[in-house]
Amino acid sequence: MKFLRRNLAQLGRTPMPPEVKDDPIHVRIRELHKSYGDHHVLKGVSLDIHRGKTNLIIGPSGSGKTVLMRQLIRLENPDSGQLMVNGIDFAKLEGLNLEAMRRTFGMVFQMSALFDSMTVFDNVAFPLREHTGFSRKEIRERVMDRLAAFGVAAAAQKLPAQLSGGMQKRVAVARAMILESEILIYDEPTTGLDPITTEMVDELIIEAEEMFGVTSIVISHDMASVVRIANYLSFLHQGEIAATGTPEDLLHSEHPATSEFIRASRISLDW
Amino acid sequence: MPDAAPSAPATPEKTSKLRAQARDASEWLAKLFLSPFVEIGALFKLLWESVFWGIRPPYRGRLFVEAMEFIGIGSIFLVSLTAVFVGGVLALQLVDGFRDFGAENQTGAVIGLALAREVGPVFAALMVTSRAGSAMTTELGSMRVTNQIDALVTMAVNPVQYLVVPRLVAGFVMVPVLTMLFNIVGVAGAFFVAVGLLGLDPGVFMDRLKWLVDWDDVSQGLIKSMVFGVAVTLIACRQGFYARGGAAGVGRATNRAVVQSAIAILILDYLVTSLVLGQGFF
Repeated sequence: MKFLRRNLAQLGRTPMPPEVKDDPIHVRIRELHKSYGDHHVLKGVSLDIHRGKTNLIIGPSGSGKTVLMRQLIRLENPDSGQLMVNGIDFAKLEGLNLEAMRRTFGMVFQMSALFDSMTVFDNVAFPLREHTGFSRKEIRERVMDRLAAFGVAAAAQKLPAQLSGGMQKRVAVARAMILESEILIYDEPTTGLDPITTEMVDELIIEAEEMFGVTSIVISHDMASVVRIANYLSFLHQGEIAATGTPEDLLHSEHPATSEFIRASRISLDW
Repeated sequence: MPDAAPSAPATPEKTSKLRAQARDASEWLAKLFLSPFVEIGALFKLLWESVFWGIRPPYRGRLFVEAMEFIGIGSIFLVSLTAVFVGGVLALQLVDGFRDFGAENQTGAVIGLALAREVGPVFAALMVTSRAGSAMTTELGSMRVTNQIDALVTMAVNPVQYLVVPRLVAGFVMVPVLTMLFNIVGVAGAFFVAVGLLGLDPGVFMDRLKWLVDWDDVSQGLIKSMVFGVAVTLIACRQGFYARGGAAGVGRATNRAVVQSAIAILILDYLVTSLVLGQGFF
C-alpha cells in the first residue's frame, strides 16, 4: 500500500473519489468512430468495460478489434466519440495529461513487444526507471517480486529471444503491471500459441485479475479462451458492437452474425 | 482516293474507361512529383518534434553516450581506412597530373584544401550513412514492426524523445569529429604516397599545405558535416520510425534511407557551399 501511495504521488495521480472508485463501469466507450480515408472502420462503437472483471471483445478478422484497441490506449486518435475512464474523457486529452492518463493502462501486445536489446529484468524495470524516483535497490526488489509472482524470476538476466512464447507473455504482463496500472489490455494474447501455452496465458490473465484486481480488456477471436476467462463479452461486427453481455447472453444471442460466429466456433457453455 | 475508314463511335463504357485511365495517369504523375515534397515535409516535421522533445526533460545521458559511441567510435575504423586510400589516390592523381606542367609541389596544398572543404565532410557522412545510418533504420524499423515503439507510447514514454533525439544529437556532434579524423588521416595517407612513394619533398608538401589551407577552409567543412550529420541521422530515423510491412518493409526502408541520405549529402553539399561562399544557389 505504501508503494502504491508513493507510486501514485510520483506519477502525479490523485486518489480517486469514492463515487468513481465504486463505479462498476471502469471505461465507458460512446459512439466511437474511426476512418482511414474512405474506409469507415469503427462506426459508432458503444461499450461498457466492467471494473475488476475480464472483458472480452471478440469478432471475426477485419471487424475492427485491433483498431478499437489502438483507440482505447490512444495509439491513434479517434475521429469522434467518448472514452470515459474514471470519469475523464481520455479521447480529448492532450500533452502531459494524456501521458499521465496513459499510465492508467498497461498493454500486452500480441507478440509481447519486449525490448529485444534489454534483458527481462531491464524490460520490467523500464517503466519504473522512467516514471519513478525509486532507488536501484527498490527497483530491483519490485521487479524481482513481480517476476516471481509470474514465475519468471529465473529468467531475469535472459534476453527475450531466449524465452518461449509463453514466458515472453508472462514477462510482458509483469512489465505492463509494474506501475500498478488499473486496466490491462491484451491484444490477441493467444494467437499463434499451442493449446497448452494458450491455456497457460488464459490462467495468467485470470491470475493478474485475481492477484492485483485489475480490469482486463482482452481482444481476441479465440472462442476457447472466451469460455475460460470472460466475465463480460462483446461481439464486434463490421465496426459496431452487435451484441454485449455475459457469455451466456451472447451464446443465446439472436443477432445473426453473432450466433453464426459462435456456431462456427463450436463452443457451448458446458465447460 | 478512297475515304478513310470512319472511326468506331465512342461508347459510354469506352469513354468512362478512358477517363479512368486518364485519372490514374494524372494521379501517378502527381504522386511522382509531389512525393519528394511530402518526404521533405515529413523530415521537417520529425526535426521539429525532435527539437520540441529534445529541450524537455527527462534528459537521458546514457542514451546520448550510447548513440555517440555507436555513430562515432564505431565508425572510426571505417572512416580511417577510407581516408587513407582517398588521400593516397588523390596524391597519385595530382602528382601525376601536376608533373605535366611542373606544379607537383602544389600537391599538398590542393589535397589539404580538397579534403578540408569537400572530400572530408562528404566521405565521412557517406561512411556514417553506410555503417550507422543503415543500422539505425533497421533497428528502429524492427522496433516499429514488432510493436516496440507502440509499447513505448503505452508506457507514456515519447518515442521521438527516447529514440530519435539521442541519435540526432550524436549525428550532429560525431560527424564533424569523424570529418576531422578523415582530414587528418587523409593528409597522412596523401603524405605517405606523395613523399614516401613518389618522392616529393616532405618540407615542401607540408609548407604548401599550411600556406593554402587555413581555419576558414576547415570550418567550412565542419559546418557542412554538422548539416550532413543531422540530415543522415534524420533520414535514417524517419525511414525506420515509420517503417511498415514486416521484414520486407524494413529492408525497403533501409534501402530508401541509404539512397536518400546519399542524395541529400550531395544536394546539401552544393547548397551549403553556395551559401558559405556567398554565390547564391543557382
